Amino acid sequence: SYGALARYRNLSRVMKVNDSAAIGISGDYADYQFMKSVIEQRVIDEECLNDGFQYTPKSLFSWMTRVLYNRRSNFNPLWNTFIVGGVQDGEPFLGYIDKIGVAYNDPTIASGYGAYIAAPLLRDAFEANPKMSLAEAEKKIDECMKVLYYRDARSLNKYEVAIVTKDGTMIKSPIVSETNWEVAHMIKGYE
Amino acid sequence: QGRIHQIEYAMEAVKQGSATVGLKSKSHAILVALKRASSELAAHQKKIIPIDDHIGVSIAGLTADARLLSNFMRSECLNSRYAYDSPLPVSRLVSAVGNKSQIPTQRYGRRPFGVGLLVAGYDDQGPHIYQTCPSANYYDCKAMAIGARSQSARTYVEKHLDKFLECSLDELIKHGLRALRETLPQEVELTTKNCSLGIVGKDMEFTIYDDDDVQKYLAMIEGEERSRAAPPADQAAMDTQEGEGQQPADPQPADPAVEEQGMEH
Repeated sequence: SYGALARYRNLSRVMKVNDSAAIGISGDYADYQFMKSVIEQRVIDEECLNDGFQYTPKSLFSWMTRVLYNRRSNFNPLWNTFIVGGVQDGEPFLGYIDKIGVAYNDPTIASGYGAYIAAPLLRDAFEANPKMSLAEAEKKIDECMKVLYYRDARSLNKYEVAIVTKDGTMIKSPIVSETNWEVAHMIKGYE
Repeated sequence: QGRIHQIEYAMEAVKQGSATVGLKSKSHAILVALKRASSELAAHQKKIIPIDDHIGVSIAGLTADARLLSNFMRSECLNSRYAYDSPLPVSRLVSAVGNKSQIPTQRYGRRPFGVGLLVAGYDDQGPHIYQTCPSANYYDCKAMAIGARSQSARTYVEKHLDKFLECSLDELIKHGLRALRETLPQEVELTTKNCSLGIVGKDMEFTIYDDDDVQKYLAMIEGEERSRAAPPADQAAMDTQEGEGQQPADPQPADPAVEEQGMEH
């Protein structure tokens, strides 16, 4: 769902860029729509060139960082946090860029509430098993999204996942986590 | 007659410049250039210009125009690295040069750039050799030679084209130097003063070899027969542009293919 305005239950916040890269966003939706249209046009322009080169996750990440930092430096920021993911030269890549142009990449990335709740879970999982399979990773993500649904009061139990492999990019949506609210009966005043 | 004379004149300037040859193998692209000195007093004019870690050019024609274009190319490469954290694909750089060169061929009051470039570069798609013209046309080449008497070099390179792909770097350089040697008039030889070499490849940033650094490679083709340097008795054989002149009395093997085996390191 979309942030504090939990009435938008069907807004997509992930976007496929090409067969090797995808991005996920949080923040101002209008600014995302702007960035989305700019990226889509660039991808089209590149297809027109038809010269065998396409945006790689790292190039996209670098370009977006420069845009965001430049906007911030001109006191006209795009009020978003972007997560760029993809596969480059057979290696997976994940990057984080925020509205002030802070940018970094890591095997695990999370923004917003995720930084507090999901990041520790993901880091532990990665440290225990750096070569986990896609299925294991998806399971871990589901676990994180479940915890976020439990703990973030302004969330909905519905999410979407963008998956990039050497064979291409796909988006799975919608996914609903299985939740267990039995603990509610232990709350005084709740029957 | 549908001709734009200014463009033809500009291309003449390229043909008057001293020769330069570019060729590539599966892993490397190289440029060899003949440096000319305007007088005994002057130094030999630099012909090969580095553009980025993965691209270099050699020039033929108006050096001043070449300087402008190479500054532009450097700028494009740098901007691309800054924005995209990745080396600019050679094909995209060359088309940027083409687009820039076209403007003065159509705009009032301007003249075409009087320089031809041989661009050697290496990117994710492998090594490349491109040729650019004052006409703003550009060509993707397996090998190319431009400048004065470059036809002889082109002929040499055409003859040995099939060997280049699987060549080792040293062999490729020998072919390049031999091709360049074809453009020299009689009695003139390649020396460390008049010869320049530029190499870029898979694990090799664009590097220029000048003066003493070329000696190692010149030594590899030293003593080989040249089709032009044959003594007067063989004038007739020379005119037919055979690879290396066949001289029955000469103990040296004339065929470069045979020569290579003897010189292999």
